[in-house]
Amino acid sequence: MDINAWTALLAATIVAGTPILFAAAGELLAERSGILNLGVEGMMLVGAALGFIVTVNTGNHCLGLLAALAGGGSMAAIHALVTVSLRGNQVVSGLALTIFGSGFSGFLGKSYQGIPMNYGFKSLNIPFLSDLPYVGPVFFRHDILVYLSVLLAILMWYLLFQTKWGLAIRSVGENPQAADAVGIDVSRIRYLCTIVGGMMAGLGGAYISLVYAPTWQENMTAGRGWIAVALVIFALWNPTRAILGAYLFGGVEALTFRLQTIGINLSSFFLVMFPYLVTILVLVLVTIRRRQDAGAPQALSMAYDREER
Amino acid sequence: MKRTPVIEMKGISKRFPGVVANDNISFRVYPGEIHALLGENGAGKSTLMSILAGLYRPDNGIIKVKGKVVRLDSPRKALEAGIGMIYQHFRLIEKFTVAENIVLGAPHSPAKIKRELIERETEKISQNYGLTINPGARVHQLSLGEQQRVEIIKMLYRGCEVLIMDEPTTVLTPGEVKELFQILRAMSRQGKCIVLITHKLNEVMEIADYVTVLRRGRVVGEDRIENLDESRLTRMMVAREVEYSQVQRDKAPGQVILNVDRLKVRGDLGHLAVKEASFDLRQGEIMAIAGVAGNGQKELVEALAGIRPSSGSIEYQGEEIAHLKVRQRISLGINMVPEDRIGTGLVPNLSLIDNSILRNYYKEEFLSSFFIDYKKVRRYTEGIVDKYNVYFSDLKHPVNYLSGGNLQKLLLGREIEQTPRVLLASYPVRGLDVAAAEDIYGLLLKEREKGTAILLVLEDLEDIFRIADRVAVMYQGSISGILEVNKTSIEEIGSLMVGAQLTGVENG
Repeated sequence: MDINAWTALLAATIVAGTPILFAAAGELLAERSGILNLGVEGMMLVGAALGFIVTVNTGNHCLGLLAALAGGGSMAAIHALVTVSLRGNQVVSGLALTIFGSGFSGFLGKSYQGIPMNYGFKSLNIPFLSDLPYVGPVFFRHDILVYLSVLLAILMWYLLFQTKWGLAIRSVGENPQAADAVGIDVSRIRYLCTIVGGMMAGLGGAYISLVYAPTWQENMTAGRGWIAVALVIFALWNPTRAILGAYLFGGVEALTFRLQTIGINLSSFFLVMFPYLVTILVLVLVTIRRRQDAGAPQALSMAYDREER
Repeated sequence: MKRTPVIEMKGISKRFPGVVANDNISFRVYPGEIHALLGENGAGKSTLMSILAGLYRPDNGIIKVKGKVVRLDSPRKALEAGIGMIYQHFRLIEKFTVAENIVLGAPHSPAKIKRELIERETEKISQNYGLTINPGARVHQLSLGEQQRVEIIKMLYRGCEVLIMDEPTTVLTPGEVKELFQILRAMSRQGKCIVLITHKLNEVMEIADYVTVLRRGRVVGEDRIENLDESRLTRMMVAREVEYSQVQRDKAPGQVILNVDRLKVRGDLGHLAVKEASFDLRQGEIMAIAGVAGNGQKELVEALAGIRPSSGSIEYQGEEIAHLKVRQRISLGINMVPEDRIGTGLVPNLSLIDNSILRNYYKEEFLSSFFIDYKKVRRYTEGIVDKYNVYFSDLKHPVNYLSGGNLQKLLLGREIEQTPRVLLASYPVRGLDVAAAEDIYGLLLKEREKGTAILLVLEDLEDIFRIADRVAVMYQGSISGILEVNKTSIEEIGSLMVGAQLTGVENG
């Protein structure tokens, strides 16, 4: 492979990592507030379907994105209603939403299968930086959503670890009793984080159907939602680490395609397996190190009831 | 004299499923007052104060703060009204630093959390009241006494005028209790009110200005401390004369049955919770283990019972048993009553019948061929509840409907029925009212008479003086001293609890 092939591969890595990054950052926010959302895959699918359908019908991809945000957000609102207000089991609710999202998106997109779409996002070349040799084509000649995903992840890091609102979110995920006792509204924070997280999952899905592979196919997210859930653990609940993780998994995906084009047929199943192998490895390492300040939020997936005795 | 109370609660009632926790209670606190809310466990003290702190909503009644009616329907509202509560289980985020815990959720804390800034703020308050703390330390690194200081600073940072403390001394050493009381007095001089939820009379006599006594959800008496004494307070609290059991120490000690040598046990976080413990236990004696909670007592007992791995030697009647599994130790006669009676001791959602045979369900006496014979089991359970005075509504109901005292009697009864030679019990009377606690102590003393060797982890030093023959004091995973109870004093035990060595404790 010559140097241009390498830059192309790296650029493809970033594009492939972007939908995962959106979804993972969203999931990370929800988990930091103590809500485990296993509905990410379903929310991505609904986002992908709605984004595609609205864009095709209106000819406006920004409206498509809004529809995807609304779709992911409303599914997450259902999750929040079930798990925060009704104190239902988070795993069950999340799994149900994934299965629902898979079926619902298939139903919505039935007549849109295979329709081509020509309203994509233009790439936005960053002045000066995009002209740098090698670095330019890899990092600075992407569409606006790629930059947005990184920006969101960095903003989220700042929010979580540098501001009082982040302190409040993390406290709710660690110990809702303690948060409540100092006057923090546990339910409101959990609702907000879960819904914003779901909107980001929807956005990640729309990125796939509008930019990455501009078409609609049933179950086209192909497990990326689950990769996002695994990535949160891999990133030890830190959004900046999630950026690296998303590109690592994106790189594996890009590489698999590249290898196929040059004749090496690596099974696509390997792609699906790889993130989980890494996740299991990370889990083992984290458990061995037993660091108090890393690791899962302590109240993750536990409902909070103030008057429980 | 017509002063406006800072807090006035009128006609407060609160029902939980099956209990009336507060029944038409009225309660007042005046500026600068240290007000003790006295009562047995289950009298409704914590419920009443949780209502004031905005955690529970009362079914009836009104609350006035400085003469104005308020609705305290969340902890935030209560904090805004200047009321802060420090719960028995601290509400701190263990992974956060001290300073982060203090600014958390405070409306005036800066939007951008700058480490130096919040640590300086913390320092300012802590110096003001003599509450020394390292603001950069993470809470899980602190002792319980230090965590309590963090809670106090947290409330002061929010400008609380009324500080409610729920049983604040249970996690403290005698020395720390003195310090706490000094801090509370300093706060009261600055005009702050303190409500102290407690069941300890000596503390009330020492620190309180005014006492309100609750019994079964009602106010049964209130007065200034000058007009009261301990025996009057006791009568109000329990409404009867309590006969305290007392160990008879006239017997010669029995044979050594358990010999523990240089035992090391790891805690849940992988650290050495018991660094080195060596002692022996004799037949027919009660040896108490004293120490501030979290100094390795729990791990020590669990290692002896075999539910936690350990290194070092445990000899039972001269034979090494450190390698034996739990069931093998039980068959030797080593039984345990764990710290959390519901959870480790009993299975909350199983019935009394099922729980009573958890230890020995596999024994032939309960089986007919492959199956458990529930007729036999029921008879066995009826025997236990009869003999140990367990009150219940139905043997088939899950045990989590039982009160703490009845749970403990069922659990202790189950273990005693195994005819143990060595009985290990952790905090057997924690959370029980006086009568239930005396029942439990009575049972333990009877076992002692039978010649059982009993190792008892206790938190109340006065109980140790009534019940135990010897006391081993644990500090930071080591035994800092083993003493004959009738040859020592609360002060000596207290100084061992904070790490003094046995020699030269005269000044401690």
